Amino acid sequence: MNARISLHVNGIDRILSIEPRVSLLDALRDHLGLTGTKKGCAQGACGSCTVLVDGERINSCLALAVQYVGREIVTIEGLAESGALHPLQQAFIEHDGFQCGYCTPGQICSAVGMLSEFRSGAPSAVTENGASPNELTHDELRERMSGNLCRCGAYVGIREAIQQVYEARKP
Amino acid sequence: MSVKKKIVETAAHVMQDRDRDRLINQHRYIGQPIDRLDGRIKVTGAARFSAEYPIEGLMFAALAYSTISKGVIESIDTEEAERAPGVIKVITHLNARAMKVPKPLSTEGKPSAGVTDAKILNTDQITWNGQPIAVVVADTEERAEYAATLIKVKYAAKPGMNSFEAAIPSATKPKEVLGEDPEVRKGDPDAVFISATHRVDLKFTTPPHNHNAIEPHATIAIWDGDDKVTLYDTSQFTAGAANSIADIFGLKEENVRVISPFVGGGFGGKGGIWPYNQLTVLAARMTGRPVRIALTRAGVFRIVGGRTPSQQRVAIAADDSGKISAFIHEGVTAQSTNNNFPEQFSFPPRHLYAIPAYRIGQVVCDVNRIANTFMRAPGESIGTFAVESAMDAMAYELHMDPIEFRMRNEPEKDPVSGNEFSSRHMREAYRMGAEKFGWRSGPQAIRSQRNGDWLIGQGVATGTYPMYRMTSAARVRISADGTALVQSSAQEMGMGTETAQTQHAAERLGLPMEKVRFEYGDSSLPWAGVAGGSSQTVSIALAVQQASEKLLAELLALAQKEPTSVLKGAKVNEVIMANEGISRKGQPSIGESYAVILKRAGKDHVASEQKTGAAIETMKYSMHSFAAQFCEVRVHELTGEIRINRWLGSFDTGRILNPKTAVSQFRGGIIMGIGMAMTEETMFDDRTGRIMNATLAEYHLPVQADVPHIDVMYTDIPDPQTPMGAHGIGEIGITGVAAAISNAVFHATGKRITALPITLDKVL
Repeated sequence: MNARISLHVNGIDRILSIEPRVSLLDALRDHLGLTGTKKGCAQGACGSCTVLVDGERINSCLALAVQYVGREIVTIEGLAESGALHPLQQAFIEHDGFQCGYCTPGQICSAVGMLSEFRSGAPSAVTENGASPNELTHDELRERMSGNLCRCGAYVGIREAIQQVYEARKP
Repeated sequence: MSVKKKIVETAAHVMQDRDRDRLINQHRYIGQPIDRLDGRIKVTGAARFSAEYPIEGLMFAALAYSTISKGVIESIDTEEAERAPGVIKVITHLNARAMKVPKPLSTEGKPSAGVTDAKILNTDQITWNGQPIAVVVADTEERAEYAATLIKVKYAAKPGMNSFEAAIPSATKPKEVLGEDPEVRKGDPDAVFISATHRVDLKFTTPPHNHNAIEPHATIAIWDGDDKVTLYDTSQFTAGAANSIADIFGLKEENVRVISPFVGGGFGGKGGIWPYNQLTVLAARMTGRPVRIALTRAGVFRIVGGRTPSQQRVAIAADDSGKISAFIHEGVTAQSTNNNFPEQFSFPPRHLYAIPAYRIGQVVCDVNRIANTFMRAPGESIGTFAVESAMDAMAYELHMDPIEFRMRNEPEKDPVSGNEFSSRHMREAYRMGAEKFGWRSGPQAIRSQRNGDWLIGQGVATGTYPMYRMTSAARVRISADGTALVQSSAQEMGMGTETAQTQHAAERLGLPMEKVRFEYGDSSLPWAGVAGGSSQTVSIALAVQQASEKLLAELLALAQKEPTSVLKGAKVNEVIMANEGISRKGQPSIGESYAVILKRAGKDHVASEQKTGAAIETMKYSMHSFAAQFCEVRVHELTGEIRINRWLGSFDTGRILNPKTAVSQFRGGIIMGIGMAMTEETMFDDRTGRIMNATLAEYHLPVQADVPHIDVMYTDIPDPQTPMGAHGIGEIGITGVAAAISNAVFHATGKRITALPITLDKVL
């Protein structure tokens, strides 16, 4: 039995009629035509389906679409503003932070969410004593981006791209 | 080796080399770190992968897989599945249309992409655990997936050969290994070994691996009438896939089109036709609707093969001066009962060292598993682990620096074929690498560095991969508006195909890159070979070169129809393509543009399509790429945890076309090698033949936290025998990596780990 719901995606209300078991990922890809969000494992292990919900990164494959009514969903298609690439998108190109490009939307959305987590003072597993971290060190960056797999192995370029954007936006 | 091949090889030695490519010395675009041309569409999510095409009326199919490895389907009950909501068709062996088995993968002659001779759905016989036994087509993916779980099967199971170890006693010598002799020998290496002063004799095991490209395999099939079909397909080989689908369904080759502009990682796993390709086409045929199969991750493990397991022995004998006197490399791999692919792990020592007496060979056994297939540097990846670990062990035995030991055994000529190397700068790669890495030369002392509870060690190993070139075709069209279009059915799966080919064509044609467009990823274009064997870039470049040479002659003739042309009287070998047109050699200002020549001749464009011949050069010369891999590890003395501190790869792979994308490819290979060394293993249940960790949660790919900073450097010395002086670089990066890590772990701990992956239990 289908449910008629409205999802707020990239600033636009989208109406769709879906079964309650449809994941947010499949709703985006197969029902709303937003195929920039990728499916790699459908079990939260690879991160290629990462989107932003109310500014936080989530694995959309582990989310049911019907649970996200009224939430602010941003996908890779919503990051560029009036044709201008998001600084992370630009930095990924400059630092060659991808090869095949399949995990890339998830990496970029994840990096957006990660940087805001970091700035809000959220500690990670490698932060000393669970205190608020001061510097986005190599280890902090690697730890915080380890939920996004890249089989082409663009990890070094991804780190350089994120680091550049972080440094440029330091208060 | 076949008689035919021997004759061709003999003939190759008397044939003249191709003229050295003049582009070897050009730097306008070649050698520049140009951003990927498809970068913008990849970072915005606009690049469309095969499951993502919006097709009106698309149906979704899911597969049911066998749960035994061998036996017969006694009965299959699809009634409940057929009644499930949204289901429009259930296809089993009872109602599937007949399909032929495609020809084995080949790029010569008419391309083909068969990787297994298993009958797909057209049989009640089960030969591997995970074999597709039913296709369920429904109006949504969720409904198809659910209905597939409602199918009930009764098997008459037979004992399968599920275990590699159990199959080894039945191993046999294959007829050939990728066209080479399965065993080569010279002298009496066993006798030399027994009486040698210094001996190393080690056995190695490597487990099965899976490619695990992040994009799961997917196909959309759309029939037009009953004799024409279009596929959007995750393919590393559009031309082969199209021809094989034509074979399977008895269609004319021109009536099958495979479109695959973006592939979300392949690494060999998308090179062949696997069951989902043809089952999508079958489901679309039998329902009269466009159908998509997007495999689940587990589905990829069940019906797309991976890398074979191996057991290898390397025995080396050497004298006090560090000269190798005998070399033995032998071992066994697995293939399935449905294919013929003995993975070529015994290739590396055939080209690496001066070895006066040797026996290098391999055997293969059959198991009831999904057919094994090419995975990044098949052969060289696992072969270099064994060979380069043993070389390290011998350096310790000799109390000699591991680099020095290797350098003392650098061959003048290929040790097995006796051919000259076209380009080999191993010494330079090691020299550069050792200096930048800060390699402490001299005999290495184990357990000599420590930081608290962490033992530190450095390791080094040689990587190597052949320079392959495959028959490929390309069309070049130069238009009167001064632009060029280059077309080939080639694939992009992360190598930067569009970027590299546009750089090459612009340099070749003397045009700015903005005026050159490269069209690819479509079997209706001139056929490129498989994106495999690190061969694509150079293979297509040669076809483009040959087409350009035809166009140069044609355009010169057109120009010379005009009596006042500054090109009047020039012969074709006196002009070159430059400055957006044709110029006299050495006098770049004397020439005419393509636009002027074509407009004056009243022509809209000129075009040429060329197909390259077989790679004679690789029969005449020993053509290989080389690497010196350096790493530092730390091993926790109490927990056995192993972390990699830093990495440096120093490569000798001919000329580098694009440093930015090349470095990414090298690093990507190294990272896959880190996975192979540290975490990756496809686990088969030997009782049932079923893969137990068919998920990305349990098959552990390297993640950010596993990967240190990776420095990359390269000799950049052109190979005079190749277009632009370049070699393919997609696979060399993974070679030597596992050995470098294992050698560093030995340096840190004194424990020689010979079984991959190097998990913490093995060092405790």
